[in-house]
Amino acid sequence: MSEEGVNPQRRRLLLATSGLGAVGTVFALTPFVLSMMPSARAKAAGAPVEVDISKVEPGQLLTVEWRGKPVWILRRTPEMLKALTEDEKFLADPKSSVAEQQPTYAQNTTRSLKPEFLVLVGICTHLGCSPAQRLVAGTASGLGDDWPGGFFCPCHGSKFDLAGRVFKNVPAPTNLQVPPYSFISDTRIAIGVDKQGAA
Amino acid sequence: MKKLLLLLVVMGLPIAAAASGGEGVKLDAVKIDLNDQASLQRGARIFVNYCLSCHSASFMRYNRMGHDLGISDELVKENLLFAADKVGDLMKAVMPKEDAKLWFGVAPPDLSLEARARTPEWIYTYLRSFYRDDKSPSGWNNTVFPHVAMPHVLFEWQGDQRAVFKTEHGMQELEKFELERPGTMTPEKYNEAMRDLTNFMVYLAEPAKLVRYKIGVYVSGYDNAQRRIRDDHARSA
Amino acid sequence: MQKLLTWIDDRFPLTKVWEEHLSKYYAPKNFNFWYYFGSLALLMLVMQIVTGIFLTMHYKPDTGLAFASVEYIMRDVDWGWLIRYMHSVGASFFFIVVYMHMFRGLLYGSYRNPRELVWLLGMVIFVALMAEAFMGYLLPWGNMSYWGAQVIISLFDAIPVIGQGLSEWIRGDFVVSDATLNRFFAFHVIAVPLILAALAFVHIVALHKVGSNNPDGVEIKKKKNANGLPLDGIPFHPYYTVKDIVGVTVFLMLFSAVIFFSPELGGWFLEHDNFTPANILQTPPEIVPLWYFTPFYSILRANTFAFFGIQAKLWGVIFMGLSIMLLFFLPWLDRSPVKSIRYRGWMYKSALAIFVMAFLVLGYLGTRPAAGPNLIIAQICTVLYFAFFFLMPWYTKRDKTKPVPERVT
Repeated sequence: MSEEGVNPQRRRLLLATSGLGAVGTVFALTPFVLSMMPSARAKAAGAPVEVDISKVEPGQLLTVEWRGKPVWILRRTPEMLKALTEDEKFLADPKSSVAEQQPTYAQNTTRSLKPEFLVLVGICTHLGCSPAQRLVAGTASGLGDDWPGGFFCPCHGSKFDLAGRVFKNVPAPTNLQVPPYSFISDTRIAIGVDKQGAA
Repeated sequence: MKKLLLLLVVMGLPIAAAASGGEGVKLDAVKIDLNDQASLQRGARIFVNYCLSCHSASFMRYNRMGHDLGISDELVKENLLFAADKVGDLMKAVMPKEDAKLWFGVAPPDLSLEARARTPEWIYTYLRSFYRDDKSPSGWNNTVFPHVAMPHVLFEWQGDQRAVFKTEHGMQELEKFELERPGTMTPEKYNEAMRDLTNFMVYLAEPAKLVRYKIGVYVSGYDNAQRRIRDDHARSA
Repeated sequence: MQKLLTWIDDRFPLTKVWEEHLSKYYAPKNFNFWYYFGSLALLMLVMQIVTGIFLTMHYKPDTGLAFASVEYIMRDVDWGWLIRYMHSVGASFFFIVVYMHMFRGLLYGSYRNPRELVWLLGMVIFVALMAEAFMGYLLPWGNMSYWGAQVIISLFDAIPVIGQGLSEWIRGDFVVSDATLNRFFAFHVIAVPLILAALAFVHIVALHKVGSNNPDGVEIKKKKNANGLPLDGIPFHPYYTVKDIVGVTVFLMLFSAVIFFSPELGGWFLEHDNFTPANILQTPPEIVPLWYFTPFYSILRANTFAFFGIQAKLWGVIFMGLSIMLLFFLPWLDRSPVKSIRYRGWMYKSALAIFVMAFLVLGYLGTRPAAGPNLIIAQICTVLYFAFFFLMPWYTKRDKTKPVPERVT
């Protein structure tokens, strides 16, 4: 573009108009962009869920729905609990150091309030599939002789132990999430609510 | 091109090797023939009398089924209409879903699309793989679907089977079934009945399949003729 | 008739457009098999839009109704099954055609100067098409629809800082839900098709400005006769319109054969697990996208190592994004003095062969569980895929080329 014959005043006017137009466009776009955020209804959904665990046998896993996600309740056998102390060599984060992945009361070896009962959000921390149960240790799992028992995500091959702790060198970055939960009685669990209040 | 082929072979080998391993339960082949209307009718009768008590086929209408299978509306009304009032109704289960869930722990799934979701071979093998298992709550287990909640509904026909397992490479595998108490049907007869039922469920999963093949022949033929005409046209142009 | 035409021409450049783009658009006379796929892609776009309109008349974008409404189309709507299969099989055929069309570009250097913009526009169409297919796949609300969407949207979670908010913005909820289905429906039936149609139009306008490439990679505009017409060109209409009609009929034969005799194509075009309604408590045992995404999906999950302080998950996403982005840069990565593979040396030929093999193997592996040898092969193929692009400036420059003829052969 040649500078000759340009009226500086008109150019300033043009720039000012374009600038104002751009600002106006951003303002006009904002409601459309924000309309796509989770609505009030979506935010309000998600009340705590109460679960009766009296019928869950040792070694058995119960799946319930909480906030549109599968939540697992696994009643671990003594062998399963023993495996948790021996499988650290496979794990990327055996101490559960990522704070967001569990409430503080589950930041222990068993990642639970009571060692026997494991409560986990059954969603892989990689890309959100629900991992498959491979609870039994050993070859029968199809995951090798030294498999300590746990969960295997069929989507991208991530592995987790029986406390939902992630293995080394798998795509999933963190341990499975432990939701806030509390025991109402010995046989009833409330998921989504704990001593600190509802999540 | 040769290089390409060589590469194909070299790279293809490990994949073929990987693909052949890791199979689950062996499924038996089943002869599906939607032109065998008698088989479809027999299958429909088994389905409506036994399966439909608990399972729905809620995308299917009685009269559509009757029409496709050569059963008149009157016959449908007399023989097959237990769970509905009108022949145009959808095939809903007799048992309410809530009751079923209470009884079996899980709601029996809708079977309209089972043959497409599972494959016919799966259904055929599953229906013949129930065995007595004292550890299971229903007293029954299944090698194709371990710990299935459904008891063996057709046990009177098939009789009681016991499963004999062998251990290979650390994995428990089915060796064979042993018939402990014969049923009212011989094994051959039972297999034939289950083939009819599977055949019907293939139809049930996609009623359009009946017409699809027939029309397909005409459409492909029409295309073919059209192409010839245009080829001639292109040559003379 | 002539009077009517004059009347229109005074008000709208009808004759001018007709001549510029058809009867007097000179295309190289040596088009071969690979040049069918452009017009076929246009045919598929029209087919998907038309069948889509009719499906929209019966489909319900509601998590409680969607699955049943598809079965309603398949059973209760007259000829609904045919329209649905035309649409679902059509999606796969659209991608077959587009991949062949893109491969043609790689064979004959159609992306090279002066056609860079044609290529770039084509790439944008390709990306828009992937978005269209992905969102369309959620609509039947089968179990594979649900978990496929869950996985792909979770990719955005990997982006630092804004990832979480971004994926919530895309879903309109904290999980894939009714809000997600509703907006995907809106994008699938109106927003993206509009963009696709507009882009296809611009793609063709750009092509007609620079003229078509050909299997020899020779510019036909350089040799003109006394009338200023290219010596090696023939008018698009009637020569190539008739040729394309032949291509279309052969193509439709294949298309209808699949529709009528094997619309599922053994699980490749319609997956078994999608005949089960979405179940938020259970992922299908083997979750795989449809075949046209599997090469990129393989690349996504090939990397299992964290390095440079970035977790494996984010690297997977970066690699997958990069594998598509790199295609955009082809015009500037290729330094060869010739365009067509006919005059290139062994280096480019081998590189292209390896690239295609890697792409196909990745595509196959994307449908298999990612463990053991499969994972290692996928990693090797991912490296080969990227090597094709990153080494391109080097090997295309070093490659021994043959002399390019003055005229098309």
